Amino acid sequence: MSEAAFATRLLLNGQLLVALVAVVALLALGLLGVAMASRPAGRSLIYGGALAVTLVAGLSALTAIAAPPAGIVLPLGIPWIGAHLRLDALSAFFLAVVNLGGAAASLYGLGYGRHDHAPARVLPFFPAFLAGMNMVLLADDAYTFLLSWEFMSLASWALVVAHDKEAGNVRAGLVYILMASFGTLALMLAFGLLAAGSGGGYAFDAMREAPPVGIAAALVLALAMLGAGSKAGLVPLHVWLPLAHPAAPSHVSALMSGVMTKVAVYGFIRIVLDLSGPPDWWWGIPVLAAGGVAAVIGVLQALLQNDIKRVLAYSTIENIGLVFVGLGLALAFSANGFPAAAALALTAALFHVLNHAAMKSLLFFGAGAVLTATGTRQMEDLGGLIHRMPVTSAVMLIGCAAISALPPLNGFASEWLVFQAVLLSPDLPAWGLRLMVPAVGALMALAAALAAACFVRLYGIAFLGRARSPNAAEAHEVDAFSRAAMIALAAVCVGAGLLPGLFIDALQPAVAGLIGETMPSQRSVAWLSIIPVAESRSSYNALLVFGFSAVSALIAAVVIHRFASRAVRRAPPWDCGFPNASPLAQYSAASFAQPIRRVFARGLFAARETVEMPPPGALTPARISTSARDPAWAFLFLPLTAAVGAVAERANKLQYLTIRQYLGLVFSALVLLLLVLALWT
Amino acid sequence: MIEHAITPNLVFDVAHLFAGALVLISFLMLYQDRLYALLNVFALQAVALALAVAWQAYAQDAPHLYLTAFIALVFKALVIPVALHRMVARLGIHREVETVVATGPTMLAGIALVALSMVVMLKATPAADALAREDLAFALSVVLLGLLMMVTRRNAVSQVVGFMSLENGLILAATGARGMPLVVEISVAFSVLIAFIVIGIFLFRIRERFDTVDVDALDRFRGGRA
Repeated sequence: MSEAAFATRLLLNGQLLVALVAVVALLALGLLGVAMASRPAGRSLIYGGALAVTLVAGLSALTAIAAPPAGIVLPLGIPWIGAHLRLDALSAFFLAVVNLGGAAASLYGLGYGRHDHAPARVLPFFPAFLAGMNMVLLADDAYTFLLSWEFMSLASWALVVAHDKEAGNVRAGLVYILMASFGTLALMLAFGLLAAGSGGGYAFDAMREAPPVGIAAALVLALAMLGAGSKAGLVPLHVWLPLAHPAAPSHVSALMSGVMTKVAVYGFIRIVLDLSGPPDWWWGIPVLAAGGVAAVIGVLQALLQNDIKRVLAYSTIENIGLVFVGLGLALAFSANGFPAAAALALTAALFHVLNHAAMKSLLFFGAGAVLTATGTRQMEDLGGLIHRMPVTSAVMLIGCAAISALPPLNGFASEWLVFQAVLLSPDLPAWGLRLMVPAVGALMALAAALAAACFVRLYGIAFLGRARSPNAAEAHEVDAFSRAAMIALAAVCVGAGLLPGLFIDALQPAVAGLIGETMPSQRSVAWLSIIPVAESRSSYNALLVFGFSAVSALIAAVVIHRFASRAVRRAPPWDCGFPNASPLAQYSAASFAQPIRRVFARGLFAARETVEMPPPGALTPARISTSARDPAWAFLFLPLTAAVGAVAERANKLQYLTIRQYLGLVFSALVLLLLVLALWT
Repeated sequence: MIEHAITPNLVFDVAHLFAGALVLISFLMLYQDRLYALLNVFALQAVALALAVAWQAYAQDAPHLYLTAFIALVFKALVIPVALHRMVARLGIHREVETVVATGPTMLAGIALVALSMVVMLKATPAADALAREDLAFALSVVLLGLLMMVTRRNAVSQVVGFMSLENGLILAATGARGMPLVVEISVAFSVLIAFIVIGIFLFRIRERFDTVDVDALDRFRGGRA
């Protein structure tokens, strides 16, 4: 969408200056991290510095959302082209998400980093990773964008393989770097197509002036989905994500899952909604399909995992799916002449971006706290942590409720908005879309229900019940910095849940820049309700829900404590006929997932259960083992790697030719090219 | 075209004659089955090259091309063939040219290559003047025939000759194109000389090690399939 502002030369403003200084400061902190990593003061210095820088940059970016766009061309990078930087409402919003997420991770790192046995492998790359994400959001030409994107990937890769001694981490790093390179390649091709339309100009301004048409535009959409989707974790390009995100230290996992996937979403929005010109009517279809599939597959896989951080990583895939459903709806509505509905869908997607960044960072911090306290991420070894870690348990409860989309928390607010957009689909003229959008809505509803089951399982197994291992029984609450970071994010979750209207209004400049239309202002609505379309259609008041649940909980508590009998009688509970029940006899994570595994995962993931019964009289215990596979691995990546291996094996023969055969190859290549030249008219 | 005592037509015809002679001599080289005869024919090609370049110098009024012609005459027609003669004598190399493909099919392939280079060059350079076009077409033929020779011969000496003949084609192309600076030609000439020295040393080393200069022997020692 071309704004009048592009005609005039963009000027440097205060917020852009702050963002630039922040990037430089983060890079400097990265260098400092190399020097200071071995000293004890290094940790506080790096994380403290990153906290200060990202906090200032995040708050400054918040004020930039409503400011007019600013730009500057720095004499860096390719000569005569330079590095174009720009700060508009969209990049300001994502900058705020990245930097506030980064500030929380830095605060958490101040405490969590103490347990890191190899700080030299984390400290230099943590600020560099933050700087890379900031640079991607500021870039205004293809070269700067790709360079920053690659820098971000490399810095995060270094963090993924920071703990290279742990099993699987090096493999996770390999899969990650391969997928990241593939994604960058796809983006490079997309930018190539965009630049070709504008006569080879690499600046985004030139691309906006001459958007691609026809096949080129369709290819740009496909390449953007591959490139940005592989970084965000769209199915089937998600396979690196559940390996790489858990492998990194927990505050970095939070950054990768909560924040870096959002940078990928930004890349997709920038390319498809901003640079590719007005969308065709069908552009929403592939995006909607990818989003719906990612939502269901992600959450189903999350339900099958026993490792807390893997559960969270798969849940990220689900939430990215929801964001892409919002973006697909925005594309569909905007292409078919419903800008108001498109504005609603895009607002919902952006709001969910913010919400997911907050709650997923919170949950990863909680997982890190559990890991610190117990030394394990396996749910089957946890239990009863609510007694040992009250603060962590409380904030994790908020995080789990938020990500399960329970009102009055923030997850509900944004998912509700997406559903409101889905409900507008009967207005669409194209039958394909009219049939597809409700189907995707059904997928989303399924995903939301499964997500609730998934997080009930996570919270119930890890925090409730009795400890399943001595480590869990002796867990201690984590340090004050970690608690502060988690409490801050929990406050964001509650705040965005209770006052969604405030956030929706704040997002409108970014939406207006892309769609050319805004949602109705929520400021004037009475009692802090939100009304996305019209009062006659739907409205939602989080305060009301909150008040109702708070009052009913209070009444229940009062009734129980005031009117129940105070007489205490201690007696052994009924033990179902098992004397001395061990904690291992509790409901386990695997048993909780069993019904869903049997119903959903048997076909899709080829989930199998095998029971090994010892012969009568043997003293060995009976065992049940479960297995599931990811269809993306089985049907896409394993055949692909096998094919690459086979081709490489064939090509290996080229290493053992005679000199004459090599000459012959050169000669026949030359003759072939000449023939092509001769026959080409 | 620059004014000369003789008519432009004659200038063109003579240039055509010399360039054509280069191509014809390339075919002669493909036909030889004795090493000494091959070296003699190579020397003949160098003489033809020197004449062609000298004629270009005259036609283009470019005196520095006379220097190029002189270098070609001294090094390619005298020094290199004589050195190769002595090498063959000292190494006691088998005097026959061992071919991979029989001479007949090689000649047919050579004819096809000449036709191909004509088609390509005449198509690619409609804007250039006639003299340069013909020269480039012949030069490309010489290059391709030199390559063909390198590919179809087993003996290292005949591969060296093929390489040198390929380089003759390059010089022809360079002089045919107007305004090629002298530095380029001299550096090409020197690089060929250095390549010759290196290859010569290699020949001795190969011979010392394996008692043969058949390049396929190298592959047998390397474990490849000859």
